[in-house]
Amino acid sequence: MAQTVFDPWNDPSAEPLIQFKNVTKRFGDFVAIDNLTIDIYAQEFFALLGPSGCGKTTLMRMLAGFETPTEGEITLQGQNIVPVPPNKRAVNMMFQSYALFPHLSIWENIAFGLRREKMPKDAIKERVEDMLRLTRLTQFAHRKPHQISGGQRQRVALARSLAKAPKLLLLDEPLGALDKKLRQDTQFELMDIQEKTGTTFVIVTHDQEEAMTVASRVAVMDNGKIKQVATPDAIYEQPNSVYVADFIGDVNIIEGKATSEGEKVSISWAEGQPEIKGTSSIGFSKGQTCHFAIRPEKVSISAERPDDAANAVQGKIHDIAYLGNISTYYVRLSNGKIIKSQTANTRRLSRRSFTWEDDVWLSWTDTAGILLEG
Amino acid sequence: MRRLTLILVPYIWLLALFLVPFLIVLKISLSDTALAIPPYAPTLDISAGWSAITEYLGALDFENFTFLTEDDLYWKAYLSSLKIAFISTVLTLIVGYPIAYAMAAAPNEWRPTLLMLVILPFWTSFLIRVYSWMGILSQAGYLNQLLMSLGLIDEPLIILNTPIAVYIGIVYTYLPFMILPIYSTLEKLDGSLLEAAEDLGCSRISAFWRITVPLSKSGIIAGSFLVFIPTLGEFVIPSLLGGSRTLMIGKVLWEEFFNNRDWPVASAVAIILLLILVIPIILFQRNEQKQREAGQ
Repeated sequence: MAQTVFDPWNDPSAEPLIQFKNVTKRFGDFVAIDNLTIDIYAQEFFALLGPSGCGKTTLMRMLAGFETPTEGEITLQGQNIVPVPPNKRAVNMMFQSYALFPHLSIWENIAFGLRREKMPKDAIKERVEDMLRLTRLTQFAHRKPHQISGGQRQRVALARSLAKAPKLLLLDEPLGALDKKLRQDTQFELMDIQEKTGTTFVIVTHDQEEAMTVASRVAVMDNGKIKQVATPDAIYEQPNSVYVADFIGDVNIIEGKATSEGEKVSISWAEGQPEIKGTSSIGFSKGQTCHFAIRPEKVSISAERPDDAANAVQGKIHDIAYLGNISTYYVRLSNGKIIKSQTANTRRLSRRSFTWEDDVWLSWTDTAGILLEG
Repeated sequence: MRRLTLILVPYIWLLALFLVPFLIVLKISLSDTALAIPPYAPTLDISAGWSAITEYLGALDFENFTFLTEDDLYWKAYLSSLKIAFISTVLTLIVGYPIAYAMAAAPNEWRPTLLMLVILPFWTSFLIRVYSWMGILSQAGYLNQLLMSLGLIDEPLIILNTPIAVYIGIVYTYLPFMILPIYSTLEKLDGSLLEAAEDLGCSRISAFWRITVPLSKSGIIAGSFLVFIPTLGEFVIPSLLGGSRTLMIGKVLWEEFFNNRDWPVASAVAIILLLILVIPIILFQRNEQKQREAGQ
């Protein structure tokens, strides 16, 4: 069976569920959100990623209704929701602190929103039990929030926010309080639940790995602006700026000047070093400053100069970071520039080919890196 | 061993300052009045030996307690005290909760000042503050002057020497005891809980009733007991502001001791008052315990 690709953002006829139209939010003199426009489609798992203070939480709180934009419009299914108070929006939020009601049992916490809707008792019971089953909490239904573990509390918070079957679910750093192992398990659980319920999720996180794992699209934010919105692989492989390339994962950035025009660009970047050959989708004019970004795992390391490599530079191993499954070699070139190269440790450590102060060659193809303007 | 000494210290303290005085009062309540110093009999003469002790114990009886049931003044005074204490507690809660709420909602830098303002009255003598209410509430007092100069009333209101003056005095005096525990629970309240309630469909008002009030319950209970318990035995406020018509057990107790010099009956009144208070005190302790457990 062929999988249909989920990419409504490439379909010009698709109606976005959420639209931010030139939204600006100021707190006094501070501009938290700066003239931001973005579309989010139904059933997306949309991640807002950025360092703390970049405005991602403000953006989410505006969706929930706890903040009002200073300028601009936010629409949900084409309707402006700015004047709608939080309790009248078909949007629910899972809070970073979980915000479980400590005086109510797990069952009552999940039923809280349903009771406010004046749903009949039987329907509430059924819905709550569905939610308990979905989040595997049935046996804890009658406990109070302080009597369960952090991971279980996180699931209660999720069940409570999903119970009202919102059109849009907001998750504010949902996994921040969990340890790494539990976080990974929960990420997959979240994706699973998102698929099962078909709800649109918007997640706020500062953890790029988390955003890459769960999201259908990632928006990288900085200083109240969106730097790039793309699928996780596009964000990683084709960042549109040095900021995004640097924020997501590990990267080598080399600044230089273009010496040729067209699709294949050569860059001169340091005296005594060979020019770097790369491919660019944006045209560079001769002499223009550009940044060459290449991921460490796309840089090969070898003892001899590889014959067929488009780019090859020589250096000395300055440092080795051994991470178990992979090792990162910090290679110092003759001009002092350090370039990182990463390889999988397919052999045991004792049989590693390189060690400190070894002379090595680094090489990469002419399509491995990406040329950026700034 | 060290732990035992540590535990023993507060117990010895309690024994010396609470249990021994209590036993003395209990003993007096079982004695008879006498024209002597002290004004009751029998008194124990240990030097006379064992027979004196048995004779002494034999002279004790429950006569004074039976007397309390025979004269309806006493049970009326108890009931009226309970009623006044209960109504005052409710009034103090109604006045105190909004103040505590506003304090907890105030910006952080204001809070120490506001707390200070609540505690400030304690710096002047309680007696002087109650006296000043006499100046405010009397027929020619400031309140009547103000209302008359504003043209709201033609004749001065009679407030002093009525139960209303007693309620005003009690609410005024005990308000800090209500505000402080409620404030301390409200201050700890996590604001995201209210946002979560709103997010799940509550209006601001229903979020207040469903989240804020239940979560400040322990503060409400603590504050209510802190007002109710001392109010029940209160005698200064009813004597100064309530006139002769306000019947409160604290006042009766005072009169028995100092006007009648009937120490045994006065002691019996005090013992019964203590028994009535044991129930709310135990409930109060349980509430504190629960709060401590929840805080862990």
